[in-house]
Amino acid sequence: MKIVVTVKQVPDPNATLSLEADNTISREKEVVLDPGDECGVEEGLQLKEAHGGEVVIVSMGPERAKDGLRKALSMGADRGVLVTDPLLAGADALLTARVLAAAIKAEEPDLVICGTESYDGSTGVVPPMLAELLGFPQLTFAKKVEVDGSTVKVHRQTADGYQVVEGSTPALVTVTAAIAEPRYASLKGIMAARSKEIKQLSLGDLGVEKSEPAETIEGVVDAETRKAGEVIEDDGSAVDRIVKVLAEAKVI
Amino acid sequence: MASILVYAELSGGKVVTTSLELMTRARELGDVYAVALGTGAKAAAASLGKHGAKVVHVNEDKAFDDYIAEPATDAIASLYEKEKPDLILFGFTPDSREVAGRLAARLGTGLISNASDVTSGGGGFVAKVPYFGGAKVASMKANGKPAIVLVRPKSFEASESGGAAEVKQLDVAVADGSKRAHITERVVEASEKVKLEEARVVISGGRGMGGPQNFPLLEELASALGGAVGASRAVVDAGWVPYSMQVGQTGKSVRPGVYIAVGISGAMQHTVGMKTSKVIIAINKDAEAPIMKMADLGVVGDALKIVPALTAAVKAKKNG
Repeated sequence: MKIVVTVKQVPDPNATLSLEADNTISREKEVVLDPGDECGVEEGLQLKEAHGGEVVIVSMGPERAKDGLRKALSMGADRGVLVTDPLLAGADALLTARVLAAAIKAEEPDLVICGTESYDGSTGVVPPMLAELLGFPQLTFAKKVEVDGSTVKVHRQTADGYQVVEGSTPALVTVTAAIAEPRYASLKGIMAARSKEIKQLSLGDLGVEKSEPAETIEGVVDAETRKAGEVIEDDGSAVDRIVKVLAEAKVI
Repeated sequence: MASILVYAELSGGKVVTTSLELMTRARELGDVYAVALGTGAKAAAASLGKHGAKVVHVNEDKAFDDYIAEPATDAIASLYEKEKPDLILFGFTPDSREVAGRLAARLGTGLISNASDVTSGGGGFVAKVPYFGGAKVASMKANGKPAIVLVRPKSFEASESGGAAEVKQLDVAVADGSKRAHITERVVEASEKVKLEEARVVISGGRGMGGPQNFPLLEELASALGGAVGASRAVVDAGWVPYSMQVGQTGKSVRPGVYIAVGISGAMQHTVGMKTSKVIIAINKDAEAPIMKMADLGVVGDALKIVPALTAAVKAKKNG
């Protein structure tokens, strides 16, 4: 089974963000593989361990996105593909999906695994766009994935439980953080990753033309903040204070 | 006048609240029509009419209930070709965003996701989008034709404006090629509990709860208050509690009467999903945690001691 896992790097969720002059989010501190994507890589590796085959990591981003790919390779993925092109700076969801689709098509995978949404953009629409452009069904929000021959079955998380969703390969699956605990790369894995192939492609290589962005940022303002209220140390009376607030809010 | 198409997501045969919220803003932006697909679509049209839809396009094919995204994408794409709306609105919910993404790719147009507002402007539409981890808000002009905007739940209040919609049968045959991601079973794990999005009181736990073994303390407090339990992304990612409990940018948006944040530091990722709560109470060891700067009442102390004591006090007050 050939599995493609999409990954991206995101600003470290624990770091302070900054803005570029054009109001796009600065990628200078972009140092970590998206934690959601790590779960996707892990699931890809587990499926390969169960069924054999190959795990190919596909990413779009600046050259240093190679670090993210290298991390996935050190976890055990077989090789990587990075689409990098100055024209892709600030790419919107659709352009991202078109680029990924072109790179993935060339791989002819049985299964494409994506995170449900990225930590930074959180648009959550690249996977369905990608599925549409690839002509694949989408089995989404999976907290469990089973493959049996050409049948893919997932447990799709819902607000009150889950749905069992079945489809046939080739298919696209999005996975939640509940799918699998990402493994740590072993020293051996890190050494092995150094010699694994990362193919680098440009927009021209893929034959993709840059499209008009979906949106133009007209302005950025600070979000409304709430005023701080009272902060008290719990000296034993905190519970009474909370009860008073609950009573004032008429919930008790 | 601009024409606005609202995708009315159905769940269990009823229009989801988020779709009705969209109607409130949509009717200020132009002529509103809606599309409702699957079991209950015709009955849903009455509710959509009361909320401002002039026309509701319906199709009750069961394929819309049982297959993810593709049948709905076919139907809306075909409706778009006929009606050419200027703007298509979707709720930023798991089911709606999957349809929106597929539709945008099929129509070859971009979309704006995760918006908190949409208004008319510059001869088109401008969306407000939480940005920069929620610390900022970006105004984004939609360039797409049609403009497609996904709006977060709880961005508007659903309200009836009177009126009745004309119901039109949407003639679309769902192709077998679109019946691929098949929902074969629905498993309910938590039906007896109060829904997070609808609860008057939400009690959310974060890393400060120490571990999943302590979440029952929050459940007991929620039960005493008739509320629901939520969680921060950190503890969901750590596997302590299921994703369905996540409040925040990538989880649910809530706007309860009282929100109690227990052991949650208050990262933007979380607060964007709860900051419009009427009253916020925070319990945290750290007096400097960001959540303390937005709480109406911040209590610095040990959550594992305070929460059980609070539960007991609430019960005593109710019984007294």
